[in-house]
Amino acid sequence: MLYDAGKYDVAVIGAGHAGCEAALAAARMGCRTILFTLSLDNVALMPCNPSVGGPAKAQLVREIDALGGEMALNIDKANIQVRTINTGKGPAVQALRAQADKREYQHEMLQTLLKQKNLDLLMAEVEEIEAPDRKVQAVITKTGARYECGALVVTTGTYLKGRIIIGEVMYDGGPGNQFPATKLSAALEKAGLRLGRFKTGTPPRIDQKSVDFSKMIEQPGDEKTLRFSHISPENGRPQLSCWLTHSTRETHQIVMDNLDRAPMFTGVIKGRGPRYCPSFEDKVVRYAHKDSHQLFIEPEGRETDEMYVQGLNTSLPEDVQIRVLRSIPGLENVHITRTGYAIEYDYVFPSQLKLSLEARAVEGLFTAGQINGTSGYEEAAAQGLIAGINAVLKVQGKEPFILKRSQSYIGVLIDDLVNKEADEPYRLLTSRAEYRLLLRQDNADLRLTELGRDVGLVDDYRYNRFQEKKKTLEEAREKLKKTTFTPADQTMSGLLEQKKSAALKDRLSLWEILRRPEMKIRDFVVAGWLEDPGPEILEQLEIQAKYEGYIKKQEDQVARFNKLEDKKIREDLDYDQVYGLSNEARQKLKEVRPVSVGQASRISGVNPADINVLLINLEKMRRN
Amino acid sequence: MMYDDIAAVSTPPGEGGIAIVRLSGTGVIQAVAECFLPFNPQLPLPARASFSLNLGWIVDREKEKIDEVLVSVMRAPKSYTGEDVVEVNCHGGTLAARKCLEEFLQRGIRLAEPGEFTKRAFLSGRLDLSQAEAVVDIIRAKNEKAMKMAVSNLEGKNSAVIKNIEDRLIRLNAMVEASVDFPEDVGELDYREAGDILLELEEVLNKLIRAGERGEIYREGVNVAICGKPNVGKSSLLNALIRKDKAIVTDIPGTTRDVIEDYINIRGIPVKIMDTAGIRGTEDLVEQIGVEKSIQVIENADLAIFMLDMGTGISQEDMDLYIHLKNKKAIILLNKEDLAHKHIKPEDVEKIFKGFKIITASVIEDRGMDELEDAIENMVLEGKLDSDDLDIMFNMRQKKALLKARSTVQELRESLESVPLDCLGVDVWEALEAVGEISGKTLKEEVIDRIFRDFCIGK
Repeated sequence: MLYDAGKYDVAVIGAGHAGCEAALAAARMGCRTILFTLSLDNVALMPCNPSVGGPAKAQLVREIDALGGEMALNIDKANIQVRTINTGKGPAVQALRAQADKREYQHEMLQTLLKQKNLDLLMAEVEEIEAPDRKVQAVITKTGARYECGALVVTTGTYLKGRIIIGEVMYDGGPGNQFPATKLSAALEKAGLRLGRFKTGTPPRIDQKSVDFSKMIEQPGDEKTLRFSHISPENGRPQLSCWLTHSTRETHQIVMDNLDRAPMFTGVIKGRGPRYCPSFEDKVVRYAHKDSHQLFIEPEGRETDEMYVQGLNTSLPEDVQIRVLRSIPGLENVHITRTGYAIEYDYVFPSQLKLSLEARAVEGLFTAGQINGTSGYEEAAAQGLIAGINAVLKVQGKEPFILKRSQSYIGVLIDDLVNKEADEPYRLLTSRAEYRLLLRQDNADLRLTELGRDVGLVDDYRYNRFQEKKKTLEEAREKLKKTTFTPADQTMSGLLEQKKSAALKDRLSLWEILRRPEMKIRDFVVAGWLEDPGPEILEQLEIQAKYEGYIKKQEDQVARFNKLEDKKIREDLDYDQVYGLSNEARQKLKEVRPVSVGQASRISGVNPADINVLLINLEKMRRN
Repeated sequence: MMYDDIAAVSTPPGEGGIAIVRLSGTGVIQAVAECFLPFNPQLPLPARASFSLNLGWIVDREKEKIDEVLVSVMRAPKSYTGEDVVEVNCHGGTLAARKCLEEFLQRGIRLAEPGEFTKRAFLSGRLDLSQAEAVVDIIRAKNEKAMKMAVSNLEGKNSAVIKNIEDRLIRLNAMVEASVDFPEDVGELDYREAGDILLELEEVLNKLIRAGERGEIYREGVNVAICGKPNVGKSSLLNALIRKDKAIVTDIPGTTRDVIEDYINIRGIPVKIMDTAGIRGTEDLVEQIGVEKSIQVIENADLAIFMLDMGTGISQEDMDLYIHLKNKKAIILLNKEDLAHKHIKPEDVEKIFKGFKIITASVIEDRGMDELEDAIENMVLEGKLDSDDLDIMFNMRQKKALLKARSTVQELRESLESVPLDCLGVDVWEALEAVGEISGKTLKEEVIDRIFRDFCIGK
């Protein structure tokens, strides 16, 4: 029996990292929002590695924060260790990474959701989507409740027809033995979306009591407290260590002896898995010359003895997993608490989406996160945020919110998803961002907070903090540019000599002197030439001064890039009427329906001649 | 509509009376003016009216003359593309036009894509709507032709060399990116291997560029000037060289009474050989013009044959001429070796004209002529011989891409240890993009595949 259960502006299916951001964004922007989850005990679940951040991902988290999202604030509350990685490789690739306390992460997120105004949570499985006339109207749960909604965001992660595989054992299931979503795939297909199948995997978890850490190398967190969010308070709690060990020849032999039982090799697993996150058995086979692989033993939280074996994701049979682990130094007597597994799931081919993450086939239907063929909590959260914002804008009848590749990693992520064909789960890399020197974790707020304010997601507190920071930054920069020194100045000469820096020949400003690699902005503060504006601003100034040349170069590239980005294409352009396109390009353009000539130029299969042909035809249409 | 500045040789390749380089964009008048030396210095290009025709020389950064040209200026919107357009009429054959074009490209102007002028003409409204499809056809046809030519240029042995360059560069890029994106799996960049790759790349690129230049010489030929005082035997030498070469390409009668040109073929190299009038101080106005013309011919020549008369000895006249040859590639030909009474000793010549190749010959008796041809061949191909296993021709786009790749690789090598990895990576992309242009590929897309192939990723 169906019953009318209510009416919402925005409905979100799934309370993982994407769903939480989508629901919070929609509610904060003033929409009445409902968030469906299969289990309220498992919102913001981290079913795989217990960490947030890393190269490209840290930038994403900072961008989410700058726009008024939640992930950064939440991981700042619920971490056990934070480090900066890639120090010394340049500011553009430097990245924060936090080890999360998994339970605390979920707990904090649940609290935030529960407290959020305009947001209702509901534990229910959505089985049907009503979309008459290719427009979303309502969703129906397993228990017969019908919720009307103006827009729908689907963020089902790996739950769609999830199937767990451990050696010869297979069963239907979501991550961490949750219930899978069995009916929603059919509902999406009925609505007109095409689905594919991917695979991913996770390592076994072990009991800390059974680990001998004396045989491992300790990896402590950074001394200073590091935070993802621009507005988080210090959490100041002691940091827990991770531990480094490695596999042995014996480990590899055990794997080789059992390949006939490995689903990755027997053909049982058909979905494509990610190359950047291969199973351990895959690594042993592909890198047969290596006698050993690194393995990190990481706590899953402060209140638990469970630990995660980073680097050992596997779908080998359980008995083999035990033998593999026990052949590793420090794990000779290890006890497994959760068995490693591979999981296959349905995903939506993302080329069916607009850059707003709305499905072209169904008005008002948005998808975000792993359902779009990505991997990673951060990638999911970023999409969730954008989908949430755009669901609201849809309901309000406003233009969608789209970030460019030149503005953000979020822009790179979504643009790649829509335009590039991927045959494995997509993970963001800094090398995918052509303007990465501009897209740093240190300037995410400078790039995006104004935009977040414009869409109505950045609250007064955050915005005032941002304004203050910007003002301090600009004043300090002015000061650096206006304060000049002549070769005769004793204090400056002394400092330069001390730093083994060449003496001044002409009058130079502090800004110009700061460009010298050996000079540090701290020294100017110590000398009293600059009032201390705080470490964050000092870092920003130093980067801006030292990398000015490279930054300018990339800004010029962006200006060129924007010329084609700004040439808009109508969504309903009839590509069959475009004279002179190659067949392949015509096909692809019809499928992706790019919004700009720039986007068209990035679609696989569209070449430069096609772009020129398109430009001529657009001009022709404009004149007609 | 704001576009960047573009240029291309607009006349078909091959021998013609003139060749035209066309430029279009807001900055092209200024850019051409920077390398244009007007015949009348009172009339710089930016000051000239639209549709004016201007005589002068295109010169390089050292103010060396490249070619005598006629430059027409057509200002926006009344031009073919609707933008400011400059057309440079060069001397025929492709060499002069190519050299001028290269000079423009060095000043920040981009080489036009196939069909781009027509495209701009249409986009700016200069062509009417009914021509849209014709424009599309032009773009399609030109692109396909360009692609075919680029590919056929790079077949066989050569493609292996290009492949090798691409491969090394992709490897280098993958090393940098893997270290940045997967620091815990890959660790620090192996700076030593990176340095080795860059060094090898530079060597291969050098070799390729030299081979390309050699190919250019065989295709485009060189200018050789014969100079010397009257009666030293210049005409005899010209005739002798022509007699030796049975395949005369064209026969252009002297454009002035003082310079006689002929196209001959020496060891497979097309040579435009020019016989100049004697150079001496003269009051005679007509003769003076001839002298100036001769000096200009010598300046424009890639190689000069400086003839001395063994019978008369070295005179003041010879020394006057020598002033114009000092910084040139030149061969000194001691003629009339057959005479009984000689007033020049080869040892003395070596002392006076230090560092020049000296050949003793008798043009009349056909002695020393093989040696002269050897010398011409060697000097023209100087430094380009070690790449003789390569037989390669590059078009302008490819050449530019190669030069760009080489300069980026050189910069990378110099800055390898001092620039942080994130910036280094961006510079490697630039080199990758340049090398990709040679064969028309987007190499960046192969980098990520390479990371997973070469490195054990996945902690």
